[in-house]
Amino acid sequence: MGSINLVGVSKSFGDVLVIPSVDLEVNEGEFVVFVGPSGSGKSTLLRLIAGLEEVSKGRIEFNGQDMTNLAPAKRGLAMVFQSYALYPHMSVRENIGFPLKMAGMPKSEIAAKVQEAAKILNLSEYLERKPRQLSGGQRQRVAIGRAIVRQPKAFLFDEPLSNLDAALRINMRLEIMELHQQLKTTMIYVTHDQVEAMTMADKIVVLDHGNIEQVGSPLDLYRAPDNLFVAGFIGAPKMNFLTGGEASRHNATTIGVRPEHVQISKSSGLWTGKVGVSEHLGSDTFLHVNVEGQQAPLTVRTDGEVQLNYGETIYLSPEEDKVHKFDNNGKAIR
Amino acid sequence: MKSNRVLLSILGWVIGFIIFFPILWMVMASLKTEIEAVATPPSFFFIPTLENYFVVQNRSDYLNYAWNSIVISVFATLLAILIAVPASYSFAFRPTKRTKFKLVWILSTKMMPPVGVLIPMYLFYKNMGLLDTHLGLILIYTLMNLPIVIWVLYTYFKDIPQEILEAAQMECDDLLKIFLYILLPLSKSAIFSTSLLSIVLIWNESFWSLNLTAFEAAPLTAFISSYSSPEGLFWAKLSAASTLAILPIMFLGWVTQKQMVKGLTLGAVK
Ligand SMILES: Nc1ncnc2c1ncn2[C@@H]1O[C@H](COP(=O)(O)OP(=O)(O)OP(=O)(O)O)[C@@H](O)[C@H]1O
Ligand SMILES: [Mg+2]
Repeated sequence: MGSINLVGVSKSFGDVLVIPSVDLEVNEGEFVVFVGPSGSGKSTLLRLIAGLEEVSKGRIEFNGQDMTNLAPAKRGLAMVFQSYALYPHMSVRENIGFPLKMAGMPKSEIAAKVQEAAKILNLSEYLERKPRQLSGGQRQRVAIGRAIVRQPKAFLFDEPLSNLDAALRINMRLEIMELHQQLKTTMIYVTHDQVEAMTMADKIVVLDHGNIEQVGSPLDLYRAPDNLFVAGFIGAPKMNFLTGGEASRHNATTIGVRPEHVQISKSSGLWTGKVGVSEHLGSDTFLHVNVEGQQAPLTVRTDGEVQLNYGETIYLSPEEDKVHKFDNNGKAIR
Repeated sequence: MKSNRVLLSILGWVIGFIIFFPILWMVMASLKTEIEAVATPPSFFFIPTLENYFVVQNRSDYLNYAWNSIVISVFATLLAILIAVPASYSFAFRPTKRTKFKLVWILSTKMMPPVGVLIPMYLFYKNMGLLDTHLGLILIYTLMNLPIVIWVLYTYFKDIPQEILEAAQMECDDLLKIFLYILLPLSKSAIFSTSLLSIVLIWNESFWSLNLTAFEAAPLTAFISSYSSPEGLFWAKLSAASTLAILPIMFLGWVTQKQMVKGLTLGAVK
């Protein structure tokens, strides 16, 4: 049971309005990712849901019941912090068992639950260690263990992987997704990494300056971004934006084409450009092409085997049905 | 490199000796006769005698003073810690716009010379029947040390990652339990060293103890000063009294050296 509903939620710190007004529905069992640049209010929104910050205006409902003013511990949510926030003076066993102990659970039951969680998270060998004797990945698993033993109504993650190295991050990402499959508990996950958002989410919430720019499934956002911000934020490498004549040809102020939706040719095409630097990733090559009449170079994805020289002239053609059009307010024209 | 280290340790010893010298001098004087004690040039070689100690103990009851010092410093420290812990907690973890100002204001009370409030305090104590009572000194020492204790604890609490307490807040609704299971274990060494610091400060305080006590509640500082009397200074006896007075606190300092240094440098060195 874990549907969460935000109704006109707003937050100010003193005179600074950080979140103007947010309406959001998180359904039972959903994996929702809040994504946005630094300072966009992701953590603040999550902390409002957790109860660690007071809501300035609006309502937060859990399963239809108003919980706006409930103490954090009474909301039945578990939070995993970026810094892990383990209790340094307690062993792994005590850390994981702490919430149960606080809930007044009998010792034998706690021991059993801790064992079980440790098994799921591969922590059985480390139960007697202190947090400082663990690696970053292990610490993060302890933090997750501390969350799952409580059988919360929902999990809240605030950039839980950003302190880990790239390889471990991908690993833990899969583990968290696996956990979601097993537990089927609602999860809200904050990240500024759009790749994490795309790969993990059932539903992505894109935030900018405390406003929700768009809510939708990863593919929705990829295929049909509502505005320039979402278009530029979702997808890697970034969408190319063109203005001027090219845009007016589409009756738009700005048009956007993703790097993977541009065809290159050595003989003919819609746009003429000179090859700038190219990034070879093995499987793909990203070319930066300086197109006549455009200030910023366009990024184009081609296959990994392509060999083009710096300064060589090539021709580009966008896939017309994949061109995104935006009006002068940056809103998508459909 | 090596000669540098030698030089450094020589310097260390010299400074240590200079700092320790007054204490050494005092202990030496306490083992001399009154005549030897005031002799110029001072004599370094003499036949030590414990006579001064017997005289001092016969004339005034050392244990009574020592007991007063212990009771007053321990209870005033406990009371100060009891008030300072929640105060520092809220300053550190629930700061508001005015927190900085309040902290500075609290500290500013330490800048005021105590003589400035001696008369009102004395009259107040007299009217309240607090003169020459344990309670009276405990109260004034609690107030006297609160700013320092709050500041030291505040500096320490501020270094505890906020997220650890937030995690606890998510898992436990009872602030008292969070305090007992999380905050206290994390800060017990800080609280301990701050307490030591406070005890030492109280032990050595003489302004209020001399002005607000006579005999019943008089601590060791009063015991010492009773030997610098109008009839004249008795250096040897004064030294014996002083030695006796600092003995317990020296001992405490010796066994808790490590903690003490930690307390003094808390917040100063991160
Ligand atoms: N306690 C606070 N007092 C004042 N302003 C705050 C406070 N907490 C956050 N803010 C402001 O609110 C805005 C949103 O902050 P928030 O931490 O939610 O961003 P974020 O999206 O999580 O960023 P990041 O990706 O860097 O973690 C920022 O401009 C920040 O300066
Ligand atoms: Mg954040």
